Amino acid sequence: MAQYFIRRILAAVPVLLGVTVITFVLSQLLPGDPARMVAGQFASAEQVAAVRERLGLNQPLPVQYVRYLGRLLRGDLGTSFSSHQQVAEELRFFFPATIELTLVAMILTVLIGVPLGVMTGSRKAPFVNSGVLLLSLIGVGMPVFWAGLVFQLIFAGRLDILPLDGRLGSTVLPPPRVTSMYTIDALLAGQWSTFVDAVTHLILPAVTLAIGRIASVARITHASMLDIMRRDYVRTALAKGLPQQQVVNKHALKNALLPVVTTIGLQVGFLLGGTILVENIFSWGGLGTYAYIGIFRLDIPAIMGLTLVATLTFMLVNLVTDFAYAFLDPRITYI
Amino acid sequence: MAPATPATKRLRPWWNSRFLKAVRNNPFSVLGIVIILAFFVFAIYPQGFTRYDPELLSLRTRLLPPSSEHWLGTDQYGMDVFTRVIYGARTTLYIVVVVLAIATGIGFVVGTVAGYFGGVVDEILMRFTDIIIAFPFLILAIAVNAALGRGLLQTMLAVGFSWWPGYARLVRGQILAVKNEEYVTAARALGGSNLRIMARHVFRNSVDPIIVRVTLDIGLVALATSGLSFLGLGAAPPTPEWGRMVADGRDFLLDQWWISTYPGLALFLVVVGFNLVGMILRDWLDPSSVGR
Repeated sequence: MAQYFIRRILAAVPVLLGVTVITFVLSQLLPGDPARMVAGQFASAEQVAAVRERLGLNQPLPVQYVRYLGRLLRGDLGTSFSSHQQVAEELRFFFPATIELTLVAMILTVLIGVPLGVMTGSRKAPFVNSGVLLLSLIGVGMPVFWAGLVFQLIFAGRLDILPLDGRLGSTVLPPPRVTSMYTIDALLAGQWSTFVDAVTHLILPAVTLAIGRIASVARITHASMLDIMRRDYVRTALAKGLPQQQVVNKHALKNALLPVVTTIGLQVGFLLGGTILVENIFSWGGLGTYAYIGIFRLDIPAIMGLTLVATLTFMLVNLVTDFAYAFLDPRITYI
Repeated sequence: MAPATPATKRLRPWWNSRFLKAVRNNPFSVLGIVIILAFFVFAIYPQGFTRYDPELLSLRTRLLPPSSEHWLGTDQYGMDVFTRVIYGARTTLYIVVVVLAIATGIGFVVGTVAGYFGGVVDEILMRFTDIIIAFPFLILAIAVNAALGRGLLQTMLAVGFSWWPGYARLVRGQILAVKNEEYVTAARALGGSNLRIMARHVFRNSVDPIIVRVTLDIGLVALATSGLSFLGLGAAPPTPEWGRMVADGRDFLLDQWWISTYPGLALFLVVVGFNLVGMILRDWLDPSSVGR
């Protein structure tokens, strides 16, 4: 098993290198002079030349790539064109909010999607079957940016039971900063009312982000469950008179959930992409907001830095799901 | 089960065909077919359904609520929302066709070459595919789009470039599956060139799953590109594009809700429609998937 883990990690290294090659190439496509962008609009010719020298922009491309890689390894993601701040610093500020939001959406996805799929997939009912299919199609097909606005309109605008946007109410002070995730920080500081406020602000964006994922996970779990319930060993268990519930819980569930584990890792990719849209709607100050500002100003270092961080996160999650899978199903380590 | 003889196959009545069976298996699919037909009709001939200009500013008719004059109201530029929703079908169809042409084009070439030649070529191409898949899709599309600059063409290129790995893998798998079939060996023994074998024998037999995949992808591509337009990439105003229209209405959401709501609803229906139809096609072309 350890051998399998090491092999998996080593296999990720060339992919990661490839990812940096792509972000490097994309950074080069930009028309215009990056040295001038970094130096600022009012820099003199000498200052621009100095920046070009300092960043090595007068070197051949392969040399530039190696230096780029060296900078990445030191955690240097470059300087933003628009704010002239270190991108890594800025991301450190914006990323925790996104982790908080996607984590909650992920929890919702698993807590709702998996039981839904298990319940509907564990008995044979054609009507339920096509119902699940239709509901999941609706969930997957819902444009997140539209769903977010409709929820805002209904729950904040008409019913006025949830806040419109933001991470905290305008009168609430952020809790002392530890993780920069307001819910966790508020709990750590023992500020109960701040925690409640942060949670009410989380509900709409997290649900918006999770809908498509819940639908997708429910559908996959449903199909997997149906498949397992058709197996001989399940039929045997039912035939010898075990109650349906026990067969589902003890015999079918574990095997049915194996393929679900893999998909849950993949959902994180959708969540990280979807969060760009959702954060923009709910003024959630995370990666999505950072991306929106970056897109607005075509700030390439900011966008590439964000892309690298998001991709690295996605790869790590997939690595962890692979490990979880291998742990649950040891057969996989022999392939 | 008795083996199906050719005679029973020929005599199977039309109401028992596999296509209708696929439709019957999933009664909601009729809804999908209706939506898709409406979508194509609107996209092809939008001027037949409205008498307004989709891109004409009209200050006298700003922000009007839905009425018999303006069925879905008007936006902040005085343009008729219903008209723009109808014309938006054309924009969406155009975008989706271009993006999928790019994605299937790259995917076909990469997948065919990798699957057919195998070995080092396969290894290199598939590792490259792995790299593209390592990115969260929407984030890669944003990064490529930002690098190429603002504009609809750039967005279509960016989404197409981020979308092809699925096709490359699919095509490669299909080719590996049929590569060693006897009829391919026979074609080679008869002196068929690589290109001829690929085009006439290998490709022909791998086309069904690709059709299904394309149909299911239409909705997802529409979602992705309109998402980018929503973020300010993609179609520039005043082009009637659903994602952009949703974004345009945001500032008026609480009072003039119709500006954002209806274009998004149209997009939603089209995505669901294509997914439903994709499902029937899958059941029809690949009966082993029924009920999945």
